[in-house]
Amino acid sequence: MSPVNYVYLAAVLFTIGAAGVLIRRNAIVVFMCVELMLNAANLTLVAFSRIHGNLDGQIMAFFVMVVAAAEVVVGLAIIVMMYRSRHSASVDDASLMKL
Amino acid sequence: MSAVATVSGAASSVPSLWTLGAEQLQAPKIEYAQLSPTLIVLGAAVVGIVLEAFLPRKFRYGAQLILAALGLASAFAAVLGLAISGHATTKAAIAGMGAIAVDGPTLFLQGTILLVGLVSVFVFAERRLEPRSHKSGAHVDSWAAQPASVPGGEGEREATKAGWTTTEVYPLLLFAVGGMLIFPAANDLLTLFIALEVFSLPLYLLCALARRRRLLSQEAAVKYFLLGAFSSAFLLFGAALLYGYAGTVDYSGIARVIGNADRTTSAVLAETTGNDALLLIGGALVVMGLLFKVGAVPFHMWTPDVYQGAPTPVTGFMAAATKVAAFGALLRLLYVVLPGLRWDWRPVMWGVAILTMLAGAVVAITQTDIKRLLAYSSIAHAGFLLAGVIATSRDGVSSVLFYLGAYSFVTLGAFAVVTLVRDAGGEATHLSKWAGLGRRSPLLAGVFAVFLLAFAGIPLTSGFSGKFAVFKAAAEGGAGALVVVGVIASAIAAFFYIRVIVLMFLSEPKADGPTVAVPSVWTTSAITAGVLVTIVLGVAPQYFLDLASQAGVFVR
Repeated sequence: MSPVNYVYLAAVLFTIGAAGVLIRRNAIVVFMCVELMLNAANLTLVAFSRIHGNLDGQIMAFFVMVVAAAEVVVGLAIIVMMYRSRHSASVDDASLMKL
Repeated sequence: MSAVATVSGAASSVPSLWTLGAEQLQAPKIEYAQLSPTLIVLGAAVVGIVLEAFLPRKFRYGAQLILAALGLASAFAAVLGLAISGHATTKAAIAGMGAIAVDGPTLFLQGTILLVGLVSVFVFAERRLEPRSHKSGAHVDSWAAQPASVPGGEGEREATKAGWTTTEVYPLLLFAVGGMLIFPAANDLLTLFIALEVFSLPLYLLCALARRRRLLSQEAAVKYFLLGAFSSAFLLFGAALLYGYAGTVDYSGIARVIGNADRTTSAVLAETTGNDALLLIGGALVVMGLLFKVGAVPFHMWTPDVYQGAPTPVTGFMAAATKVAAFGALLRLLYVVLPGLRWDWRPVMWGVAILTMLAGAVVAITQTDIKRLLAYSSIAHAGFLLAGVIATSRDGVSSVLFYLGAYSFVTLGAFAVVTLVRDAGGEATHLSKWAGLGRRSPLLAGVFAVFLLAFAGIPLTSGFSGKFAVFKAAAEGGAGALVVVGVIASAIAAFFYIRVIVLMFLSEPKADGPTVAVPSVWTTSAITAGVLVTIVLGVAPQYFLDLASQAGVFVR
C-alpha cells in the first residue's frame, strides 16, 4: 500500500478533531479532540518520513508526543480548576465575559 | 571524532554496519555564546523552580524577584554583547545545528523581549495595592493566595488569612520569556513549534492566577488554553505538510525547494516534493497558527476575553511580549521560507491586515471596559504591523522591529496604570468609573493620556514614529491602498482614545468613584520606563530607527 494513504488518513483524523473542537461542548472532550489533531500531525510526519527516507519526521513526532504530554498537564490542571469552581466542564457555561 | 576513527580503524572485524553508524554519528556543535541569552533565562527559570521547592515561604518572594531580575538583566547584557561584537550584522550566523538563527532581527527582538520581561517583573512584584493579610500582617501581591483552592471556599480563606501568595509566577514568566526568545530565532519548523509551546504553556497558567475575580481569571485561562492548543495543532499540521512538501523542516531547505533550486527526479518523491497543494495548505496553516498568536482578524476571538480576565500584570506582559515574539516568527517565516510564494500570500495578508485594522478600531468604539478596549486596540495595532510585514522589503522588516519596540512599552505602561485605579472589589476597569479621574489624580491621568496619545499615533510620541515608519515602508512596497485604510483606521481609533481622555479630564468625578492607589517603587519604575521610552522614541527616534534598520536583514 502506498504510504501516501496514511497522509490521507491523517487528514481525515485532523478534520474529525477540528470539527470536534468546534462542535463538542465538554472542555475535556474538546481537549481530547485537540490531542487527536496533534496525533494526526504525528501520523503525517511519520508517513512523510517513510516516503522521504529521512528521519526528521520521526524525530519531530517524538518531540510532539512530549509537547502533547506537557500540554495535558497544563490543560487538565486548568480544566479541573474550572470544574471545581463551577461544577461544570461545559465551555458554554464559561461566559462571564461578553462583548 | 578522531577517537571514533581510531577505533573503527583498529578493529576491522567490527561489522560494517557498526562502523558506518559510528562514522556517521557526529557530536552536535552548539555555539553556547550565541545562544547564551536563551540559556541564561531558561537556566534562571529552572533555578527558580528549585528555590520554590526548597525555600521557606517567607523568603521566596525576595529570592524569586532577585533571581528573575538578575536573569533577565544578564541575558540582556548578553544580547548587547552579541550585538556589539557584530553578530547582528557581519557575523550573523545559524547556530545550534541549524535550529537557531542569530542575526539582526533575532537580537533586536530578543533585546526588546528581555526589556519587556524585566519591566513586567517589576509590575508583577507590586505589593502595596492589596490590603495586608489579617493574620500575619504580610504584604501580598496581586497573585492568588492558593490557585488550587476553590474561589470563595474554606481553603482560599485560610490561605488568604495566612498571607500566602503564588511566587511561581516568576519562574513561569522566565519560562515564557525563554520560549519567546527562541520563537523569532527559530530556523526550522520543529524549533518553531517547540518555542511556541514553551512560551504558551506558562502563559495559560499565568492567566489563571489572579487574586481578585478568580472566576474571570479561570475562564480566561480555559479559553486561552483551548483556543491556543487548537491553533498550535493547526501550526503543527501545517509544519508536517511543509515537511512532506520539502523533505526537510529546515527554513532554508524549504525555501530552496520552493525556489526549485534542487529539483528532484525521483519518481517516488515526485508525489510529495514539489506538490503545490502540500505547500499551499501547509504554508497557510503555519501562517494561521502565527496569526492567532499575533491576534489578527479572523483569529482574534480569544484576545478580548483573555486580556480582560487575566491578571492585569500578565495582560500587559502578554500583550507586549507575545506580539513581539510572534511578529518576529511571522517575519522570518514569510521572508526566509516563503518569499518564493509571496504572490500567493500577499493578497491574503492584504485582506487580513485590512480586516484587522478596521475590525479592531471599529469594535473598540463600543467597549465599556478599559481592558477590553485596550485588547481591541491591540488587535488594530496588529493590523498596522501587518501592513509593514506586507512591504516585503528591508525597510518593512526594520519598521516592524521599531514599531514592536515602541508599541510594547506603551502597552506595558498602559496596563500598569490600569492596575492602580481601584475600588473595593479590586481594579475598577469599567470605563464609567474612570470619569473625572483627571481631577482626582492629575498625574496618573496625565500619564495614561500620554499612553493613549501614543496608541493613537499623535506626533512626539513613539506611536507616531512607529506608524510613520510602517506606513512609509508599506507605501514604498506597493501597498498604497493599505496605507489609506490604515490611516482611516487610525482616525477611527483616535476617536476612542481621545474619548477616554475627555472622560478622564472633562467629566465630573463620581461620588463613589475609584481611588488611585499609591504604588511602590516597582510599579512606579515600570510606568516611568514606559513614559520615557514613549517620549524618547517620539522626540528623537532617529538613533533607534537606525538601529532597527541595521538589524533588518535575515540570515539564511
